[in-house]
Parts: sequence; structure tokens; C-alpha cells
Amino acid sequence: MAQLSVENVTLVFGGLAALSAVSLEVEKGELVSIIGPNGAGKTSLLNCISGFYHPTRGRIRFEDHDLTRASPHTATRYGIARAFQNIELFSGLSVLENLLLARYTHLNYGLLPAALYYGRAQNAEIEARRQVEEVIDFMELEPYRKELVGNLPYGVRKRVEVARALALGPKLLLLDEPMAGMTLEEKEDMVRFILDIRAERGTTIVLIEHDLGVVMDISDRVYVLDFGEVIAEGPPEEVAQDPRVLEAYVGGAA
Amino acid sequence: MKVMRPSYEMKQYTLPQLLKLRAEREGERVALREKDFGIWNEYTYADYYATVRDFGHGLLALGFEPGEKFAILADNIPEWVYAELAAQGLGGVSLGVYPSSVPPEIAYVLDYTDAAFVLAEDQEQVDKLLEIRDQIPKVRKVIYEDPRGMRGYRADDWFLSFQEVLELGREHRKRHPRAFEERLAAGKPDDVAHFSLTSGTTGKPKAAMLSHKNLIHMGVALQEVDPLEPTDDYLSFLPLAWIGEQMMTVGMGLTGGFAVNFPEEVETAMADLKEIGPHVMFSPPRVWEGIQSRIWVQISESYRFNRWVYEKLLKVGYRAADYRMRGESPPVALRLAYALAHFLLFRPLKDRLGFLRLRRAYTGGAALGPDVFRFFHAIGVNLKQIYGQTEITGIAYVHRDGDVRYDTVGKPIPGTEVEISEEGEILSRSDAVCLGYYKRPDATAELLEGGWLHSGDAGYLTEDGHLVVIDRLSDVMHTASGEMFSPQFIENKLKFSPYIKEAVVFGNQRPYLTAFLNVDPQTVGKWAEDRGLAYTTYMDLSQKPEVAELIKAEVARVNEELPEPLRIRRFVLLYKLLDADDDELTRTGKVRRKFVHEKYADLVEALYGQVDRVPVRAVFKYQDGSEQAVETEVRIHDLAPVPEPVGETR
Repeated sequence: MAQLSVENVTLVFGGLAALSAVSLEVEKGELVSIIGPNGAGKTSLLNCISGFYHPTRGRIRFEDHDLTRASPHTATRYGIARAFQNIELFSGLSVLENLLLARYTHLNYGLLPAALYYGRAQNAEIEARRQVEEVIDFMELEPYRKELVGNLPYGVRKRVEVARALALGPKLLLLDEPMAGMTLEEKEDMVRFILDIRAERGTTIVLIEHDLGVVMDISDRVYVLDFGEVIAEGPPEEVAQDPRVLEAYVGGAA
Repeated sequence: MKVMRPSYEMKQYTLPQLLKLRAEREGERVALREKDFGIWNEYTYADYYATVRDFGHGLLALGFEPGEKFAILADNIPEWVYAELAAQGLGGVSLGVYPSSVPPEIAYVLDYTDAAFVLAEDQEQVDKLLEIRDQIPKVRKVIYEDPRGMRGYRADDWFLSFQEVLELGREHRKRHPRAFEERLAAGKPDDVAHFSLTSGTTGKPKAAMLSHKNLIHMGVALQEVDPLEPTDDYLSFLPLAWIGEQMMTVGMGLTGGFAVNFPEEVETAMADLKEIGPHVMFSPPRVWEGIQSRIWVQISESYRFNRWVYEKLLKVGYRAADYRMRGESPPVALRLAYALAHFLLFRPLKDRLGFLRLRRAYTGGAALGPDVFRFFHAIGVNLKQIYGQTEITGIAYVHRDGDVRYDTVGKPIPGTEVEISEEGEILSRSDAVCLGYYKRPDATAELLEGGWLHSGDAGYLTEDGHLVVIDRLSDVMHTASGEMFSPQFIENKLKFSPYIKEAVVFGNQRPYLTAFLNVDPQTVGKWAEDRGLAYTTYMDLSQKPEVAELIKAEVARVNEELPEPLRIRRFVLLYKLLDADDDELTRTGKVRRKFVHEKYADLVEALYGQVDRVPVRAVFKYQDGSEQAVETEVRIHDLAPVPEPVGETR
């Protein structure tokens, strides 16, 4: 049984079908990319998986949980984390504080221990910091630990955004264009981070990315969306040859 | 517990023997610290030795023979010194390779030194070794420290992790409990301990063979001049492949017994410096210049009132520094003013930098501008010049406290004899002089001719025994009219300008002097921003007419200090920064003059021609190996000849 399965999901806004009967399956530990022209419905699909939107029809299942009507924080609790395309961090807080905040779902001590910083509160905070430090080490953010996110260059903020998702300790990581607007060198670093996240942490990854070179290079499987429909699916080399994909990308000439 | 203090008695031991002694006598004292996951982890001398011993057993299990070479390709991590001392303990030789080296450089060094084992820090370094694997058949095992991303390499038995070697070692120790210590006890102080690669401004690098005695003598002798406490702290953040860091971390560390701290990452070194607050530092000039220009940039971005206070108080600092560097006590009024300046500015400033506990700081490897020198003394950092070559374990001369001068490199440390040859070359003799170059008897004979270390530097001694270094003997040049000059001397004067990052002066057998200049992207970038001058790339910035005017003024200022025939007449602002990756600089940041001359031959000719614009085709290499060519035009800038003072003195 696949870890994540999206079955015939249709998402309608008024008269516009953002997704029509989209089905997608992701195995545990897989790196699956979703590509497609602008407005194809890629981000809408991620929004459905992470609970921001609820599909009009169809079903989404993650492990034993039904996500079809789940709220974002329920999805998070099930082990799904997401890095946003338009960096969603607190720019007035430091990198460390942003990451610690991300771990708040894992904190479950009461008001009194919190006020006294004693017992469970102290232990939980120490554990949270340890986890966050591991993520900082993993994403090589040591030099920026105490810097305000708002003061960091764009490429680093993107890395913090991924780190924030990673700090949740997810089983499934949704990455929405983590490399958009980066320099070549920053892209190479990010690719290495993504591959390492999967190799070292065994995290399943669903990636939306426009850089086809990167997608073809690192994905196990690729889904191609166009006008809210899956037009092709399979290993990158097969998908790259698919006439429908060429048509969607290059136009009728192919 | 009696703590061992530096003494010449230590010269009867090898470095790992000295570590064992410390582990036995003062095992619970902190020897090393490393920041990991945001926390400073401490390791005592007992831990330090135990790891070295276990790693040594691991190497024994892997068949490491006496006299074999162990290469280390890593940033500053405790494993660097563990591996170094374990290899030395087994009668082997350690050697450091700069982690920034490119694969062909690494291939050359590993092949030339016959390295049998390599410690590589992480996947990045391992990948470099994989790329050159067919060129380094003598390397039997590659040990990696950081297992991250190494999963895919597990099947290849060329690789194993540092932890695995330790586990092998613990197993081996159960079966052969005395094996390491027997080999350790057999070590002699005159054995070769470490290869330090000379920076190689000319030709391929050579490995200077340093003995245990060399490193221990240097450590003891320097601490006789500048004593340190065993409770002191030191931050090891410059490459350990560099002799300066090697002498501080290993030579000074093991003889002095202070705690050596390793930063979290290379990029966090300055933040870690602040947290550690070391008692001693040794850095090349670029580090000091970098710190000063960072302060300068921040202050110039501050409010006008802050700037005003800063400048007033710094003036007080400068006046007091002039007294103190001569070892004199400033007048009472100045002392009071300084106390106030210290309280208001210098102390908080030093605290911000991590210099609050600094007893002394050293600079060496190249010349440091007088302005930078005075600045650090003004804020109360006892910065001193040291001088020495890799071949004399890094240091042989140092300023004494209260006798610091910009133009000298100080006096010999105890046990060092100095002489100036007839050609004006600086010769030294001491127990820190290396045993020669590995596999280069020809070069060794030249180096150690007549029992003296030939520095290759031209210099002289002042009447009161200070050594003055002029330049490399071979770098002294003559203009077409026979005027002698040292390009480096003039380059350094140019580089003292905050706006000039790098300079290369030409003029050998030419009618006049010219220069290539690199503007400093930080300071000039800030300067341009302040004036609302928009620029895109470094290339664009360097070719702005306004920038040219700024630099012209800087060059004119330097020209005023030079005799007429040695003034810079024309210069170009290079469209790219000289870079070690393009072979234009050595890994230690020295200009490869000949290479630069050949690479930019068109520009050099233009400097001596009639044209004032040269079309160039710049090729930029990216990290992925792709190239991009940019066509542009470089302007040649003329300096109006400085009018001779006429009539005024008549």
C-alpha cells in the first residue's frame, strides 16, 4: 500500500476546475516530482494534501489516515510538512526561533511547568533544541543560527524554509519550488540537501519544481499536470519522451 | 596535580609521547573543545590520548607501517589532530592538505608525498579523491569523518569511517594491548613527524620535513618570550595544513598545555571567537585587515554622533599606542583619557570581537600595514609581528612586548642564531630548522647550505638587533634605467589602502612602473552605494570611471611616498578578483607574479603602449565546470606626473 494516495481528486472553484480527477500514489521513501506549466494545478494539489484545501470530490489517504477533510494542523500531526514557495517564516525572529516554533506541535506540557520551566517543560525544551540543532547542522545553517530571518539573503531564507519543514520531523515532505530564483550554486546545494534528506532521514518527498534538469536528475517518478489533469506519469526518462508532455511544454510543433 | 609547563626538557620526547605524559599527569584537564549542535563539548587530555591511542590501534589493524605518510584533508576538527598524533605515534608522518584544494593539486601532493592513508572530512572531499583515484594508486584507505551522504560509498572498501577505525582499534587493542604504546615508545625526537607544504609561489609545492624536536623547540622557545597559562584558551580556525596553525595547535598546544578550541564551521569562526575569547591568536594579515575593515564598514554606517565619538576616542587610542609600542608609559593626562576611551569604546569593542582576554596576537606570513598595526594597538590589542618560514617551523623572530615597530619583524626567539649573508640574505639556525625537503635533495642542499637555513629573503639587522625584511631575494627587480625596487614593497603600500584588495606591480627592465589593481568589493561597493552609484557585477564596479578616480587618488597618495623613478605611472583595474582557483594566487593568498604576467600579457603590454583602452575577453569558470565568456573593454589609467617641488626650498 502506498504511503500517500490521492484518488480521483477534483477541486472546483466556482466554475473553474483546478484539478480534475487527479490520482497519484507515492511509496514510502520515494522522491516524486510534480511538473507542469504555470496554472496546471501543482500547488493546488499540494494544498489539498496538506489540508489547506479540501477536494470537491475524491479521496486523499496518508498511511492509515483519511486526509480528505483534514485540517492543516491535523496533516502536520500525521507527519506531513511543507516548505512554501513564498517563504512563510517570521522575518522578525531568528532562524533558531523559527525552527523552535515549528516544533511546537511536539510540545505538550502545561502552563505551570512552562511558567516554572521545570520538569517536563524543561526536558521537552531541551529535546526540542536538540532536534532543531540537528536540523541546523543538516541544513548547514550554523552561521545564521541567531540572525533574524528578515536580514538573510534569499537563498538562505529558502534553506531556512526547508529546515522549518524538516524541524517538524516529517514522514512526508512537500517542497513547493524550493529552488525558484536561486543561483546555480545555490541550486546545487539545495539538490544535495534534498537527496540527503531522503538518504539520511528516509523521508518521502514530493517536489514541485520548474527546473526540468533537476527534476529529471533526482526524481524516482514524475507526474505531469496540465490544466488540472495528469497527462503523464512514470520514471523521468519515459516522461521526457511522452508526446503529450512535449506538447504541453513545447506546444503543438512536437 | 602538577601541570607541566613548557621547558626544553620536553625536547627529549615526541609529540604523541608528550600527549601521553599529559594524559597521565593531568588527564582530567580540558585539552580540546569542539562546538557541535550548538554546544561546546569538552575533551580532557585523558580523552584526547585515549582517542589517539585507539585510532592508532585502528591504523595498526589496517596495516599502517612506520615511516608511512598519513594525509589529512579536512577543516579544523579534533579528528585532524587525533589522526595526526596517532600516525606520528606509530612512527609515521602526518601531512595536511588545504581543504580548499582542487583535485589536481590534491593528486600532486598525495602522489609526491607517497601518502598511504587519507583522512577526508566529508563527502565533498571524498568526491575529490574519487575524481583522481587513478592518479593516487599509493593511497590504500580513505577514512572519512562525516558519514553524511556516504551511504552510496559503503560498498567500496577503499572507504571507511573514522568511527569504524576507532572500533577496529578497540578490537585490536583487546588482542594486542601494548602494540600502540610500544611503537609510541620507540619514537625519537629527531624522527620526521609532519610534512608541511611550502606555499609554492614558484613551481610545485615542496614538503618540509619537520621533526618532533622542531615543533617542540619552537613551542617552548616562543613561550619563553611570551608565556601562556595552562588555563588559557586558543581557537584553531585557520587551516591546519598551514604551518602557522600547526605550530599553534600542536607545537604550542602540547608544550603549553592550554585548551585548543575548534569552531563549529569555517563560516562561524568569528562568532565562535567571540564565545571562546582566546588568550592568544596568530593570523595572517588578511584576517586582521578583514576585522578592521568590518569595524570600519559598520562604524561608517552608524549615526553621525557615534562616528564622532568613535573618531575622537580612537585618536586617544592612537596617541597612547605610540607610547606603549615603544614600551613607554604615556603621560598622566593621556592615561586618564585612555582609561575613559577604554571604558566607553575599546572594552565593549574588544568584547564584541572576542578579544577581551587576549594577551597577545601575532601576525605573520606577509606584511601588515602600519595603519592596521596602530589600530589594534590603539584599541588595546597587543598585536606583534612574527617572522619565519615553514622550514623553521613557522616562527623564528618576534616583537617583544613594549618594543613593537611597524617596519621590523622583531628579534630572534631564544635558541635562534641569525646572520645576513653577503648577498643580503637572511640566514637562521636553530633546533626548529627542518630536516630538508622530502625527495628533493637538490633543493635541500640549497636550503641548508653551510648549516644555515637560507630564507631566500633579503633583509638586514638594525643596530639594536631587530630584523628588517625587504623582500624575496629573487623578487628584487630593476627598471630599464637600473633602479632597484621591490614590487612587493610597493604592492603592500598600495594594499594598505582600504579600497585596494590586491596589487601586482610591473616594471622589471621597463622604463617605468605600472600596476594591476583589484578594488576591494566590500569597501568600494559600500563607497559606491553611499554615492548612489549603481553597479551590477564586480566587473561593472571595477570599470566605473568614478571608481577609477577614487583609486587614482589612492595611488597618487602612495606615489608621494616613493622616489620619482619608482612611482606608478599607469594602472588598470582588473575586471576580476585574482583567485587561487584560477592559479593566480597561492592557497595562502600570495600573488603568482609570473603566472599573472603571462595570463594578462596583453594588458601588461598595453600598460607600456600608447593605447588607453584594451578589449578583453574574460572567461569565467563556474563550479560545475561550465564557462562563460564576456567581452569587455578595460581602460588604462594614467597618473599625471607629480610635479617636482620647484622654487620652494630655494
